[in-house]
Amino acid sequence: MTPRPRLILFCGFFGVMAASFALGQESQDPASHHDHSSSQVSAPQPPAAPTPADAQTPSEAAHVPPDPPQHPMGDMPYHEMSALMQMDDAARTAMVLFDQLEWRNTTEGNAVAWDAEAWYGGDVNKVWLRSEGERVGGTTQGARADLLWDHTFARWWSVQAGGRQDFGTGPGRTWAAIGVQGLAPYWFNTEATFYVGEQGRTAMRLKSEYELLFTQRLILQPEAEANLYGKADPARQLGSGLSDLEIGLRLRYEVRREFAPYVGVVWARSFGGTADRIRESGGNPSDVQFVAGLRAWF
Amino acid sequence: MVRTRFLPPAFNSSRRRFVQGLAGGAFAVAGAHRFGWAAAPDMGAAGDTGAVLSGTEFNLEIGALHVNLTGQPGIATAVNGRLPAPLLRWREGDAITLRVSNRLSAPTSIHWHGMIIPADMDGVPGLSFNGIGPGETYVYHFKVNQSGTYWYHSHSRFQEQTGLYGPIVIEPRRGERHRADREHVVLLSEWTDLDPEHIFRTLKHQSNYFNFHRRTVSDFLRDARKEGLKPTMADRLMWGQMRMDPTDLADVSGYAYTYLINGSTPAGNWTGLFRRGERVRLRFINGSSMSFFDVRIPGLKLTVVAADGQDVDPVTVDEFRIGTAEVYDVIVEPKDDRAYTIFAQSLDRSGYARGTLAPQAGMQADVPPLDPRPLLTMVDMGMGHDMAGMNMSGMDMSRMKGMDHGSMKGMGHDKGAVPHRAPAEYGPNVDSLAIEPQSRLDDPGVGLRNNGRRVLTYSDLHTLGGPIDHRKAGRDVELHLTGHMERFIWSFSGQKFSESEPLRFNYGERLRLVLVNDSMMHHPIHLHGMWGEVESEHGEFLVRKHTITVQPGQRLAYWVTADALGRWAYHCHLLYHMEAGMFREVHVERSSTEGAPS
Repeated sequence: MTPRPRLILFCGFFGVMAASFALGQESQDPASHHDHSSSQVSAPQPPAAPTPADAQTPSEAAHVPPDPPQHPMGDMPYHEMSALMQMDDAARTAMVLFDQLEWRNTTEGNAVAWDAEAWYGGDVNKVWLRSEGERVGGTTQGARADLLWDHTFARWWSVQAGGRQDFGTGPGRTWAAIGVQGLAPYWFNTEATFYVGEQGRTAMRLKSEYELLFTQRLILQPEAEANLYGKADPARQLGSGLSDLEIGLRLRYEVRREFAPYVGVVWARSFGGTADRIRESGGNPSDVQFVAGLRAWF
Repeated sequence: MVRTRFLPPAFNSSRRRFVQGLAGGAFAVAGAHRFGWAAAPDMGAAGDTGAVLSGTEFNLEIGALHVNLTGQPGIATAVNGRLPAPLLRWREGDAITLRVSNRLSAPTSIHWHGMIIPADMDGVPGLSFNGIGPGETYVYHFKVNQSGTYWYHSHSRFQEQTGLYGPIVIEPRRGERHRADREHVVLLSEWTDLDPEHIFRTLKHQSNYFNFHRRTVSDFLRDARKEGLKPTMADRLMWGQMRMDPTDLADVSGYAYTYLINGSTPAGNWTGLFRRGERVRLRFINGSSMSFFDVRIPGLKLTVVAADGQDVDPVTVDEFRIGTAEVYDVIVEPKDDRAYTIFAQSLDRSGYARGTLAPQAGMQADVPPLDPRPLLTMVDMGMGHDMAGMNMSGMDMSRMKGMDHGSMKGMGHDKGAVPHRAPAEYGPNVDSLAIEPQSRLDDPGVGLRNNGRRVLTYSDLHTLGGPIDHRKAGRDVELHLTGHMERFIWSFSGQKFSESEPLRFNYGERLRLVLVNDSMMHHPIHLHGMWGEVESEHGEFLVRKHTITVQPGQRLAYWVTADALGRWAYHCHLLYHMEAGMFREVHVERSSTEGAPS
C-alpha cells in the first residue's frame, strides 16, 4: 500500500474507464438513443392478423380487458408525480462518519485525534466535508478540513474538487483540491487528492483502507495514509517530497454497525526534511502509538 | 449462531425474542369456519367477524395501530384496526364498491394486486389517482372479472412495510376447479421495529448493514483447509476484483425482521385446523416488503394448483420459493392426526416464518433447522456455462480464473442472447452486467439446487386454458434489471425512474417483454393492469402471472397484451428497490394507426 502502486492502479483504471465509455457510445446510434433512451424498443409492427388456424383459447374467451379509466390522470412532471407517489429516487441523503475519534499515546504525550467526514447529496453529486487532526498538550497539530464537491463518474469512483484549509501549529494554509475516491478492486477504500496552494505550493494525500472480518462484528481495519509536498514549508515544519506516512491497524467491535469502539496500533513515520526538523527539535521521526477510540456514524 | 457468539447473555435472550417474536396471550387459530384466516395482534380468531369481509360493499379505514410483536411497542399501519388487513372475499362477476377512508396523518392508497381493473381504480398515486389524503375517502368501484387468490396493499411510501397488506379471495363463478374440503390463507410478511425510513437511509449509507453472514477470516481458513489455499485465494480475489459479495442474498435480513404468518410471529404460531383425510387448500401470499421465502411443510406433499390466482396443471412438490408479491395455491392432504409445521425460511436463511396445521389448537410439530446459507455462484452472475442445477459451491468458481465480471464480453456461446445495452448501463450507477444470461426456468435458484427435495420451478407451472391472447407478439421490448449494490441504486436498463421516460405500449398490441437480470439479486417484477404470460425455453406458453421473479443472471421473456388503456406502474416489488429507482411508468395509449384490441 505504498503510494506508487496505488497511482499506477488509478492510471490503469482511468484507461479502462475511458475505453468502456468509448465502447458504450459507439455501440449506440445517437439519434435512436435519443428517442428510446429508456429502453431498447424495436420498431413497432402491426400485430399479425388472426388466421382461422389461430383458435381462440379458453382463457382468451374468459379474459375481460378493463374499461378505460373514467378519470384518467394526465402526464405530469417528475417532481409532481414523485410528490404524489411519496417516492423519490433522486432524494438527497446525509451521512456523518467519525472513522477515528481516538486517544493516542505519542512521544509528545497523550493526544486526541480525529478523522471524520460528512456528506450530503444524491446518488451522483454530493457535498463532502472531510477533516482530520490531532490535539496534543492543548495545541492543535496537522489539522485540516477539505470541503469538496463529489461527483460519481464511474462504477466505483468519484471525482472530488474543492478546497482545503490547514490550521493548528504554524500559519494557516489554503489549497485548491482535486482528487478521486472510491473502492479499488479487492475492496480497498481509496482516496487520492492533489492540492495546489499559494506561492506555488503543491501537495498530495493518499489514503487506503481495508476491512478484515474476524467475525461479523469484530473487524480489523488496516489503513495507510501518506502526505507529499512539492516544496518545503518550514513555518509548518514540513520538508519537500514524502513528508509522512502513517500505517494503522485498528480492531473494532461493532456493538451496532454505527457504534464501534476500537483499539489499535499506529506506526507514524516522517521522512526527508520533515523528519530532519523533528530530529532538530529533539523528537523522533518514527513513533509507534497505541490508540483507543470510537468509530461512529449516523 | 455465529453472530451472537460475542454477545452477553442478556443480548441473546432479547435477540431470540426479537427473532421469534412474542407468543401473545393466546394462539391464533383458524379453522372453526370453512374459510380459515385470522389473527390480529389481539388474536381475535374464530367467531371474529371483522377478520373476513365479504359481499359487494366494503368500508375500509386505514389508521395507526399500536402493536407489540417483538417485546418492543410499535405503530403499524392497519386496515380496520387489523394487521394484516381483513381478508376480502369477492365473487367473480360481482361489481364491488370499496370506500377507503384515511385516518392517518399522511396520504395513503390501496392497490389491488393482480386485479385487472380500470387504471383509475388501480390505486397508484401519481398514475391512477391523486392518492387519499388525510381525512379523505376514495371510492373504488369495479367489476370483478377474474377469480383466485390475490392481495391488496398500500402503494404509498413504506406503509406496506408497516402492515398495510391483506388477502383477497375471489370465488369462481363456476366453482373451484380443484375441490378442497377446507381452506386457509397463509399470508407471509415481515415486521420490523425499525422505522422503514431509517432502513432505507441505512441501506444508502451501508448497503450490507443487515448482512451478518459475510465471509470472515475463519471462513477463509476453513475453505483453505478443505479446498486448498490456492483455489481459496483465487475465489476471494475473483469476488474482490468484482467488488461483489457472494453472501449478498437479501438487503434487509432477520437482523431487522421478524417473519410473520397471518400476522403471527414464529412464537405466536398461527395455527390452521384440519380433519384427518381432508383436502386442505392453502392460499400462500407473499405480502412482505423485501423477503423471499422457501416454503415447505415437513411430512406433507404440496400440490400447487394455482399461481398468482390462475389455475395451473396440478404439480406436486416438497418445497417452493415464493417471491415478494407472488401467490401460490397449494393443496395438502394430511393423513394423520398430528401437527405439521408450515416452515417458510427467508432466502438468506436469516430467519423464518412458522405456523402450524393441526387437528386442534395448541398442538405443534418440530420446527426444522434453517438450511445452510448458500453462496451466489457463477450462474447467479449471469456467466452462463449452463450450470443450472449443478451442485455449485462457492469454491467451484475459484477454479475459473480470470473471470472478470466487468470485462468478459463476447465470451458467450449463445450469441443471440447477448443483451443489447443502453449507454446508461455502462454508467456509474450499474455495478454489474450479465455476460451470458440464461433462461434457467427449471433452475430452483440459489440455495435450493440439489437440496434433496423436489422444488417448484417456473417450468413446472402450466396455466390451464392457454394464454389470454393467441396472437404472436408483434415486437420485443428488452429491459435489464440493473443496480449498484454497494451504493444501493436500482434501475431498469441503468435508468432510475426519475431519469426515465414512460414505456409506451400501443393499445391492443401483443408484445414480448424480455427481462435480463444483470444484478446479483432476485427481482420480483410486477406489471400493473395487465397479465404477464411467461414463455418457455421453446417459445411456448407456460404460466400467467402478475409478478414474475427474475433470478440473478437470468434472462426471461413474457408476453403482454396491452388491452388496458392508461398509465400503469411497472416495478420491482422489493419495496426498497422500487423506492431506489427500479420503477417505470407504462403508458398504454391508442396509436394513430391502430384501433381497438381484437
